[in-house]
Amino acid sequence: MEIRRPIEPLLWLLFSAGGVMSALLAPVVLFLFGIAFPLGWLSPPDQARLLAVIGHPLARLAIFVVCSLSLFHWAHRFRYTLYDGLQIKHLNGAINSACYGGAVLGTLAAAYFVWRIP
Amino acid sequence: MNRHVAYTPYHPRWHRQRISTYWWLGRRSYFLFILRELSSLAVAWFVVWLLFLVRAASGAASYQQFLEWTRHPFVLALNIACFAFVCLHAVTWFNLAPQAMVVHVAGRRVPGWIIAASNYAALAFTTAAVVALLLLRW
Repeated sequence: MEIRRPIEPLLWLLFSAGGVMSALLAPVVLFLFGIAFPLGWLSPPDQARLLAVIGHPLARLAIFVVCSLSLFHWAHRFRYTLYDGLQIKHLNGAINSACYGGAVLGTLAAAYFVWRIP
Repeated sequence: MNRHVAYTPYHPRWHRQRISTYWWLGRRSYFLFILRELSSLAVAWFVVWLLFLVRAASGAASYQQFLEWTRHPFVLALNIACFAFVCLHAVTWFNLAPQAMVVHVAGRRVPGWIIAASNYAALAFTTAAVVALLLLRW
């Protein structure tokens, strides 16, 4: 029988918060910078404009929160995808460390890059 | 027989039918479920992508380099695929919101379509806000 860990509800909370954040912001960011600008449908903002937008304290906070929560969303969902899809239960420990560890490292990286915005 | 039977924390194993690793290929709804679950990879890529952009934005040259990099066919194809998956994530997420969120106002349950609609309104608002901040002339 699996031992219930008290951290599980927190992980589900991070999962759903990240799900909302990524659902709200990922489509527009990926569409603009991933498709519309490279294909020339729209012209990208110049660097000064972009810097003015993402350098605002609220934008910095938003970028950090979106990045961190989205990574925890990924970690939780991908862990269960591997669990259900591939049924590799014997690797559970390694998968959990890789997923949540990756999310923690990504959160630190997000903090660093957001801090470094001039 | 061993008289010193020690307590073990291990539970006896149930008999379980083995299921093929490819169980999700058999039915459309299972396949869509796995596609939806795999959308988390696109979400992870979105974060990596956003952090690349944030890092590149600090200098004019690095920003130009970033924009050129996005025109590379491989990167472009990856972004188009990830955009599709992220849209799948958003749609399935907002459509499930009424089941996940039960809201009562004045003792009555708020109908599911209002919850879904308010989620889509939030999506429209954030999309419009990002476009306005980045592209509209002030």
